[in-house]
Amino acid sequence: MASSFTRILSSKRNVGILSLVGGSVAAGFLLHREHVTAGEPLRRRYPASAEYPDLRKHNNCMASSLTPAIYAKLCDKATPNGYTLDQAIQTGVDNPGHPFIKTVGLVAGDEESYEVFAELLDPVIKERHNGYDPRAMKHPTDLNASKIQSGVFDERYVLSSRVRTGRSIRGLSLPPACTRAERREVERVVVDALSGLKEDLTGKYYSLTLMTEQEQQQLIDDHFLFDKPVSPLLTCAGMARDWPDGRGIWHNNEKTFLIWINEEDHTRVISMEKGGNMKRVFERFCRGLKEVERLIQERGWEFMWNERLGYILTCPSNLGTGLRAGVHVKLPRLSKDPRFSKILDNLRLQKRGTGGVDTAAVGGVFDISNLDRLGQSEVQLVQTVIDGVNYLIECEKRLEKGQDIKVPAPIKQFK
Amino acid sequence: MPFGNTHNKFKMNYSAEQEFPDLSQHNNHMAKVLTLDMYAQLRDKETPSGFTLDDLIQTGVDNPGHPFIMTVGCVAGDEETYDVFKDLMDPVIEDRHGGYKPSDKHKTDLNAENLEGGDDLDPNYVLSSRVRTGRSIRGFCLPPHCSRGERRAIEQLSIEALDSLEGDLKGKYYALKNMTDEEQQQLIDDHFLFDKPVSPLLLASGMARDWPDARGIWHNDNKTFLVWVNEEDHLRVISMQKGGNMREVFTRFCTGLTKIEDLFKNRGHEFMWNEHLGYVLTCPSNLGTGLRAGVHVKLPNVSKHEKFGEILKRLRLQKRGTGGVDTAAVGGVFDISNADRLGFSEVELVQMVVDGVNLLVNMEKRLEAGEAINDLMPEQK
Repeated sequence: MASSFTRILSSKRNVGILSLVGGSVAAGFLLHREHVTAGEPLRRRYPASAEYPDLRKHNNCMASSLTPAIYAKLCDKATPNGYTLDQAIQTGVDNPGHPFIKTVGLVAGDEESYEVFAELLDPVIKERHNGYDPRAMKHPTDLNASKIQSGVFDERYVLSSRVRTGRSIRGLSLPPACTRAERREVERVVVDALSGLKEDLTGKYYSLTLMTEQEQQQLIDDHFLFDKPVSPLLTCAGMARDWPDGRGIWHNNEKTFLIWINEEDHTRVISMEKGGNMKRVFERFCRGLKEVERLIQERGWEFMWNERLGYILTCPSNLGTGLRAGVHVKLPRLSKDPRFSKILDNLRLQKRGTGGVDTAAVGGVFDISNLDRLGQSEVQLVQTVIDGVNYLIECEKRLEKGQDIKVPAPIKQFK
Repeated sequence: MPFGNTHNKFKMNYSAEQEFPDLSQHNNHMAKVLTLDMYAQLRDKETPSGFTLDDLIQTGVDNPGHPFIMTVGCVAGDEETYDVFKDLMDPVIEDRHGGYKPSDKHKTDLNAENLEGGDDLDPNYVLSSRVRTGRSIRGFCLPPHCSRGERRAIEQLSIEALDSLEGDLKGKYYALKNMTDEEQQQLIDDHFLFDKPVSPLLLASGMARDWPDARGIWHNDNKTFLVWVNEEDHLRVISMQKGGNMREVFTRFCTGLTKIEDLFKNRGHEFMWNEHLGYVLTCPSNLGTGLRAGVHVKLPNVSKHEKFGEILKRLRLQKRGTGGVDTAAVGGVFDISNADRLGFSEVELVQMVVDGVNLLVNMEKRLEAGEAINDLMPEQK
C-alpha cells in the first residue's frame, strides 16, 4: 500500500506545480468535465460576482479579508487534490460568528491550500496570529525540553498540567477534504507507528468503530473519549463525514500520553498528568512526538511542516506550534480582582473554564494556557506559560495575605 | 455537495475496496442496495455538473438509520443523477415505492375536476386540510449541489413568476435574510416560517449550505397558498385551509401549480419531469407526484382500536403527529395523509385521502355511539 501512495506523492508534486503556475488552466484540467455528453447541459457557470457570498452579517477572519476581488481571483483555482476556495470558506459562510468572539472562518483541505489560496490565507493568518507575516517571517520549531527552566508548580494551586498539539501526515488530504481511503490510510500509518512506542510510552489503540462497551465506558471515565463533533463550525467544514470510520484513540498504559486520530486534524497529541510537573509533561510530549516522527519516517512518511508556517494543521489558528500548554489552577481571589484580565493579557495567557473552550470556571479553578501558536517555538511558549502561571500563583498568595499585586509589563510577542 | 469528493478522478488512485464505505451498521435503502461491485462500477461516473456517487450517498453513510424507520439514504444533485446512477437509484426507488419498476410509467393528473366529492369532510372532526408538493426547475442543480449563483438565480426566477400571480393567488415574497422582526413573528404565528434544517439527514447532504442566502417564503394575501423557495427542494408548494373542504384546497393547489408552471414556461424554464419518474425532486422518496395530501382529524376512538394500523395500511394512508413527520399526536388529533407518491396520479392520491378520511370519520362516529365497525373494514387498495 505504501508504494501506491508514494507514486501519488511524486505525481502530486508535478501537478502541484502545474496548479500554482497554470491558475485557471490547471483548474480546468483538474476539475473534470469529461463526462459531458453532446447535447446535455453543462453546469451553469456564473461570474464571480454572482457567486460571491453575502458576508454582511459576518464577523470572522475570512469575512474580514475576502474581498470580491480576491474571491474573483481565487474562485476558479484548485489544489492538486481538487480542493477549492468555496470549500475552504464554506464553514465561515455558514457560521457568521459572534459579535464578541472572532472565529477564523475557513479551513485547509490539504497542505497546498495554504499556498494556492495564499492571497486569502496570508491576511487571515496575520490577523489571527497578531501580525505574523508568513511572507516575511520564519517560524521557529524547538522541541528540546531540557531548555525549560523551573516548571514544577506549587500543587496547592495547580491541579493538573497538559500540553497538546496536532500533526498532519504529508501527502494525505486533511479532514475537511480527505476521502475515506485517505482517512483510513492516516489511521493505518499512525497506528502502525504508535505500535513501535516503548517503555513508558507503550500503549494501545481503540478504534471508534470497533471498541467494546467496556472500553468505551473506561475511555469516558478517563475523560479521553472524543465524540462526533456537534459544533457547526466543524460540521460545516465537512470533517465529520463518514463518522466514525477511520477514527480512534490511542493512549499509553500509564494514561499520560494520548493521541486522537482523525478528529479535527490527522492527529492530536496530548501529554498530561495530575499535579504541577509541567516540565515532565512537556519532556514526555517532546520525547513522544520525536519518537512518533522517527517511526513514521522509517516507513517513508513525514509530517507537514515548512519554515513559514511551522506545522500545518486544518485550522489556520493552529499553525506554527499548534501548541496549547495549560494548567488547571485555583485562583479564587485573583480571578475576582478587576485586573485579572489585564494581567493575563500582558502575560500572553488566556483563561477557559475547566471543561475546555467555551465553558465556565467552576470553584475558582481556571484553565490557563498560552494565547499564541505561531511565531514562537514550543519551548518559548511553554516557558511563557510556566513563568506566567508562577506569577499568577504569586499574586494569589499575596492576595491571601492581604498584600497588593502588580500588573506585569506586557511581554514581547515575537521573540 | 462538493466536500471530500473534491476531485473524483483523484479518488480513482485508490481501489474501490479502499474507498467503499462501512455500511455494516446501516439500515437505509441505499445501504441495502449498494454492494462493493456496484460501488466499483459507478464511482468513476459524474453527472454533467460534476455530481458523484460519493456526493449521492454521503447522507446515507453519515446517518446509519433506525431499526424501525427506513430512510432513503441518498439524494440527487441534479436531474441527471437519476439517469447516470440508475443502477443504484432504480432499486432504491423500487424498494421505496412499493415495487415500482424501471419500465413503469407514472401518470400526472392535476385536473381537480376529476376528483369525486371531497368538499364535505365533517368539520366536527376534520380541523384542517392541506396538500403539498415540490417542483424543480430544469437546468439547475438541486439543493445538495447547487452553487450560490444557481440558488440565487432560482430565487430570482421564482420571485418573478410568483409576483405575476393574480386574484386570490396574489401575494408577497419574504426573503429569509431580509425579513423584519414583525414579518418573522407573523410568519411564525401563521405556521409558515421554515427554519434552517437541523435534521442530520438533510445537513449531511449539503442542502443547508450558505443559509439563509436565497431562501424565502412566498404566500398569497389570503394565506391559503404558500411556496417555500430553496429549502429541501427548489420549490415546495402548499395549499391549505381550516376545515374539511379538501376539494377546494386541491382545486387551488392545481390551479396555482398550473399557473406557476405557465409563468416559468413564459420565461423559458420548465419543471423537471419525465414519464417514468414524474416530477423530479431532491429525495427519491418524493418522486412522481411529490404529493402529500393530509388532514388534521380527531380520531380518539379509532386510533385506540386494535386494527387502526391495519386500516390505515389498507387505505394506503399514514399517520403522523400534528407537528408533522416524527411528532406525536396530541389530544387524539392525527395528521392523516397518503402513503404513496409515485405510481399514482395526484387525483388518485387525493381521492384515496378523501375516501379514506370519510371512512375513518364514520368509524369514529360508530365507536363514539358504542357500535362495532367490523362491517366497515376496507379491502386492501
